[in-house]
Amino acid sequence: MSAPFITEAAPLSASLAVALLVGVGFGFALERAGLGSARKLTGQFYGRDLSVLKVMFSALLVAMLGLFWLSWLGLLDLQALYVPPTFVWPQLAGGVLFGSGLIVAGLCPGTACVSAATGRIDAVFVLLGMFVGMLVVGLLLQRWAAFFESSAHGAWTLPQLLDLPYGVIVAVVVVLALAAFFVAERIERGTR
Amino acid sequence: MSAPRQPQGYADPYLAGAALGLVLLAAFVLVGRGLGASGAFASVAAGTVALVAPEHAGASPLFAHYLGAQGPWLEWLNVELLGVLIGAWLSAALAGRVRVSIERPATLAAGARLTLAFAGGLLMAAGAVFARGCTSGQALTGGALLSVGSWLFLGVAFASAYALAPLLRKAWQ
Repeated sequence: MSAPFITEAAPLSASLAVALLVGVGFGFALERAGLGSARKLTGQFYGRDLSVLKVMFSALLVAMLGLFWLSWLGLLDLQALYVPPTFVWPQLAGGVLFGSGLIVAGLCPGTACVSAATGRIDAVFVLLGMFVGMLVVGLLLQRWAAFFESSAHGAWTLPQLLDLPYGVIVAVVVVLALAAFFVAERIERGTR
Repeated sequence: MSAPRQPQGYADPYLAGAALGLVLLAAFVLVGRGLGASGAFASVAAGTVALVAPEHAGASPLFAHYLGAQGPWLEWLNVELLGVLIGAWLSAALAGRVRVSIERPATLAAGARLTLAFAGGLLMAAGAVFARGCTSGQALTGGALLSVGSWLFLGVAFASAYALAPLLRKAWQ
């Protein structure tokens, strides 16, 4: 039997039990890294503390390499994983809005939950803003439905886009991330 | 109760990141999907609108997505985010870091910090709707799956935050 183990056919309670456990691990790791602190998180954008880049890319590398090797060994069916669909223009516009909101709020949605759980009132306000924003945008979205659904490519991956083998892209991402870690250490030393 | 102890320092970012990566990998292996955060806000908003004004909920391309099968309240991401709150609190409590406070530099008034926090939340919600996810669901999860849209989102979101950072120097220095 190959992974993923809990499919659509499994009882909802099994998948929700995993959701709770995965969430606990997610929150624990983010808090340990210090990303529940808006000041530490925003240090990324002032060259003061590049923890965001280091945490995010080491997590991405571990997960990406884990998926690659598990599927290579035949232990995991990559086709059964949910790949978020690509919508080029909406995602570019969304990225601009999101990145702007991130530096204004000082926390992203996940780290704002972490920060709020550790007692920070500013993070509670980020969560309130997220909720109100979802209500408002959700209610207005019909007006922008054409743009929202535009440039749809479905599940589209870098190996498909660049017409290169999966392993080559994985190797390139590893090299780029290691180079980014090297530069991050240099930048931090420079500002201290 | 003993006197409040000095909070412990944070973990090594590479180590914490690798642990986070293993959590993400476990999610892929067990349930075939990754992490998320903004989707929980969308589903709770969908559930709220469905209670108050059901005709509006079904008409919204955002809310309609969460009103299928098990409904908006038992959405996977809601339960996962509940776990995030528990895990974060546990980690902070073990390290002596739980404290009710408003995190801000001395030069920024509390009201200004809370206003920025709320406004930033609004902007991130709008961004996450169009991007179909946030740092967790797109940048991290989609990034590990090598999704084209996720890498576009990751690059543009980081670039935008860097571009605006000089204007907000006072809030974060």
